[in-house]
Amino acid sequence: MTGVETVAGQRRMLLTGNHAVAYGALRAKPQVIPVYPITPQTPVLEKLLEFAQTGELTGEMITVESEHSAMAACIAASLAGARVFTATSSQGIALMHEMLHFAAGARTPVVMVNVNRTLAPPWGFWADQTDSLSQRDTGWMQFYCESGQEALDTVLQAYRVGESVLLPAMVVIEAMYISHTLEPVEVPGEEVVARFLPPFEPERRLDPARPLSVGNTTTPAQWRANRLAMHEAMGQALGAVAAAGRLYGELTGRGYGATESYRTEDARVVLVAAGGMAGTAREAVDRLREAGVPAGLLRLRLFRPFPAAEIATALAGAGRVAVVDRNCSIGSGGIFCQEVRAALSALGQGGNPVLSYIAGLGGVNVSPERMMQIARDALGREGTNPEPIQAEGL
Amino acid sequence: MDRFVSGHASCPGCAVALAVRFVLRSVPPDAVVVVAPSCVAIMMGPMPLSSVTVPVFHTAFETTAAAASGLARAYRARGERATVVCLAGDGGTYDIGLQALSGAAERNEDFIYVCFDNEAYQNTGNQKSSATPWGARTASTPGGKRTRKKEIMEIIAAHRIPYAATASPAHPDDLVAKVQRASEMRGTRFLLITCPCVPGWGIGDDASLRVLRLGVESRAVPLYEIEDGTRYRITHQPAGIPVAEYLGPQARFAHLSDADVAAIQADVDLRWEALQERAGRRAHGREPVGGESRV
Repeated sequence: MTGVETVAGQRRMLLTGNHAVAYGALRAKPQVIPVYPITPQTPVLEKLLEFAQTGELTGEMITVESEHSAMAACIAASLAGARVFTATSSQGIALMHEMLHFAAGARTPVVMVNVNRTLAPPWGFWADQTDSLSQRDTGWMQFYCESGQEALDTVLQAYRVGESVLLPAMVVIEAMYISHTLEPVEVPGEEVVARFLPPFEPERRLDPARPLSVGNTTTPAQWRANRLAMHEAMGQALGAVAAAGRLYGELTGRGYGATESYRTEDARVVLVAAGGMAGTAREAVDRLREAGVPAGLLRLRLFRPFPAAEIATALAGAGRVAVVDRNCSIGSGGIFCQEVRAALSALGQGGNPVLSYIAGLGGVNVSPERMMQIARDALGREGTNPEPIQAEGL
Repeated sequence: MDRFVSGHASCPGCAVALAVRFVLRSVPPDAVVVVAPSCVAIMMGPMPLSSVTVPVFHTAFETTAAAASGLARAYRARGERATVVCLAGDGGTYDIGLQALSGAAERNEDFIYVCFDNEAYQNTGNQKSSATPWGARTASTPGGKRTRKKEIMEIIAAHRIPYAATASPAHPDDLVAKVQRASEMRGTRFLLITCPCVPGWGIGDDASLRVLRLGVESRAVPLYEIEDGTRYRITHQPAGIPVAEYLGPQARFAHLSDADVAAIQADVDLRWEALQERAGRRAHGREPVGGESRV
């Protein structure tokens, strides 16, 4: 491994988001890795195969014939007691949809990276959050990462959380803006990771020596109990995400939470964004503050379980809230905005004026200037907007 | 030792249940079973019961071979011994699961795949599959199926997997020998077991094995094995009785004319000739690459 050693065993390397993710997977020591190539995820697959070729990665790589089979193999391998990893994007995650439900229902802590990319038709290769957001109800945890560094760190945290609550976890990065952009990334050493992430040894598994059945037909009451247990596990995941983020911070100096508030104290307008766009919003907040506009940022890192209470607290004092979505639920609007509004309403903060902005659909660039424009627009508007505002039309 | 115990939920007289019993009795004791939605899945028992004494994973319909790939690799990665055995129906094999099966066979994944072929989606009430033979009436071919049965064995053989065989629960010695043979090898092994369906085929609940024997003796259901996709061996020499004797007792063929039956006979003859030709070539077949995949 090249790069510069920073803290104990940690190396600073120049990596794309895709390769950062591959290093995260390498450090987690997955035992089975079923993968299928798709642009823009292919460098993840290629890097892992390279690690396998050099012997750095000792897990079984399965170059399957479809994403659907990739997830099916992940689930079965996990049930056998193996730690598994896979990565996909766009059409791939859409094809997996059935098996995403299956992974959660079977309580397998699969960790998967999804590179956000447009769904066809028409064909496109650029960032759009709809592919992963439309898997909202599958029972997967979802993390939206702002950088390659965060994606690497989150892969490791996803294993720790997923294996403690027995739910699968998705680590999401945007096509090109993160997947193919080089940045300096700190790759933690094996010893630090070993302290953070114990080996996966599930209490119950498909053990040839101790027969049990997984997935038999159930009565309505049994099915209901399984669903409620999943929901309860998601509730536990909320605390586990926070704890894992804290512990990771203690070990590496990089801590994480379900959300991140940036300069929101006394903010008259708070931009809410997830993924790479949050980094752009951070820049916009700084520039607005320099110009005397009290702006802030609430970054949503965790989407499932949805940290409703944390969001409500973070936005309690906010003047105007502008949620920026790089996605559009056709016939409704921005998905993050719907969730934020629902959370605030459910927690008695329905009075918070939350404006919905759609920006950067299909990978259209969202500049800091555009983010500043959104913040200024939100400050200048009366009431809320029933229809989402198209940021590119401002 | 029976690993498939009594009290399961098959229909009375079910040939699949008998075949499952023979298969599970003949696989190694470290068997881990993957089941596709099918009649077999129902027979495995409802939560929290199980009709088998080995671990069972009920996977999604089209994923049997993919799930088996994941399981086999997981045990290898963990350094554990296990024999992964897939139990699927014809719909889950010929139709919706074919892509995953082909992918796994190309990778020569280490498992035994058993297809219980009752020639239609019998678990959902007898809708046609691509395993349904020409002429057969099903719930979705009320006038009789107008296309022929897919030659799954040729598709499987084309993958050049170490072992593939057809079998019948009416010929238990032959069936058990084939399962044992498969168990001694590594890589992808495939067994196609023809199983008459009492309600689907429209036969008496005491008739499954009798009808199946007529199928075998008429050459409509030939029993053979293929090593490495090239070396064919016919394991039971059929008497060559008219196929009409096999079709006759089955209500699903009751509407066929004499001309229809003659056409089926001609097709059976052609297929038998082709099989004999392949089996005859065996003596001249070269040892293929991948022969070392056998233990």
